[in-house]
Amino acid sequence: MHASPANLFSSLVFSSLLLSCLVLSCLVLSCLLLSCLLLSSHKVQPLRNSNKGPSMALISRSCSGFLAQLSSLTHHKAFSVSAATAAIQKMTRVRVVDNSPLGSTPWHRAPRVIHVYTKNGVGKVGDRVLLAIKGGKKKALIVGHKMPGKRMNPRFDSNNVVLIEDNGNPTGTRIKVPLPTHLREMEGDYSKLLAIASRFV
Amino acid sequence: MRRLAQGECDDGKPTKFTPPPKPVIIDKTQSEASLRKFLSPEFIPPRQRINPLKFSIERKDMIQRRKVLNIPEFYVGSVLAVTMADPHASGKTNRFMGICIQRGGHGLGATFVLRNIIDGQGVEICYEMYSPRLQQLEVLKLEKRLDNNLMYLRDALPEYSTVNLDMKPVPHSVTGDVPVNKTRVRMRPKPWSKRWERPKYNVQGIRFDLCLSPEKLEHAQTWAEPWREYDMLKEYDTTALEERILKEVQTEMSK
Repeated sequence: MHASPANLFSSLVFSSLLLSCLVLSCLVLSCLLLSCLLLSSHKVQPLRNSNKGPSMALISRSCSGFLAQLSSLTHHKAFSVSAATAAIQKMTRVRVVDNSPLGSTPWHRAPRVIHVYTKNGVGKVGDRVLLAIKGGKKKALIVGHKMPGKRMNPRFDSNNVVLIEDNGNPTGTRIKVPLPTHLREMEGDYSKLLAIASRFV
Repeated sequence: MRRLAQGECDDGKPTKFTPPPKPVIIDKTQSEASLRKFLSPEFIPPRQRINPLKFSIERKDMIQRRKVLNIPEFYVGSVLAVTMADPHASGKTNRFMGICIQRGGHGLGATFVLRNIIDGQGVEICYEMYSPRLQQLEVLKLEKRLDNNLMYLRDALPEYSTVNLDMKPVPHSVTGDVPVNKTRVRMRPKPWSKRWERPKYNVQGIRFDLCLSPEKLEHAQTWAEPWREYDMLKEYDTTALEERILKEVQTEMSK
């Protein structure tokens, strides 16, 4: 019984300290959670060269909810985009512009170039490439790139590609996006592809 | 039946020869440019250690080309329609219209870039002004913008780069100041192709308050180089040169 009030007091103080510590830690944890979620939402950016294009940008800007952030987290990763230095090479993400089912159905990974059929590994308009698309390989033809080319030739805002068979026939039946006119030089090989194009620029 | 000779009417009497009326040529294109004192920026030579004879010869060639093809007065931000010869296009000509986002080059290598969004795809074409492939240059809308380089339109919302393909030419006044379009553009979310908020680009036409926080804007200002405006070696006063070249060009064009 000696120093029992002291003991009590000390115990009270100790317990209050503990409680406050717990409360503080809870607060800190929740703050951390919120902050990391916010940070992740900031980091999540729309894929610039994805099939969806500006619609994804709108979705990412409008999504402020928790669940929307989670869904966007599964689709996109943070990346930095540098200026186009060499038109299309291995590992570039491309945009398939025809209405083929392989190019239109969504996939968790954007179609990527895995081989360029030129002497140097750089693909310009009219070069064939091999794409990794939906877990499989497919040949494609480049119909526009972001890199500026010759004067008087158009430069597109996305790297466009049309899926093609081995004999040069297009997989899809229509191309809505404008194609450059100097593609017509390869009338012999890709005449069917030029026939399904809707507009030339 | 005697065949009627030319100039004879039915009763056989020779009619008086009336010369056909002279065609009245209203050359609107030439008169429009002259009423406003405008010298195309590619005439002004950059400050180089080159014999000025080169620039005067180039100017002669430029004026000769301008006598054949009318290159109207336009600024960055105007809407142009360009028809050029294209061996691969149907009908051998290719017409493209868009907003001028950049004017570059000097002399005969002067270029301008037109941007438009067609079928949801952004397209830019860099035209050489003195190329013999160009057949017609029309200014559909003559106006200036807050900047003289609109490359940020690539990162802006697509509505700011779209030009309607059936657009009719907007009549503009021949005298007086060119109208300045003070629209400030809304941007897509970052990342952008360039960090437009940095002071080296000196962009006035973007709504930064909607896309960046004040802290970010302040952080961007750390790249400011306030000493550059006092750099005497960068001074290049072209007023006297411009007047001289303008007089020369006007006298040559009117010949």
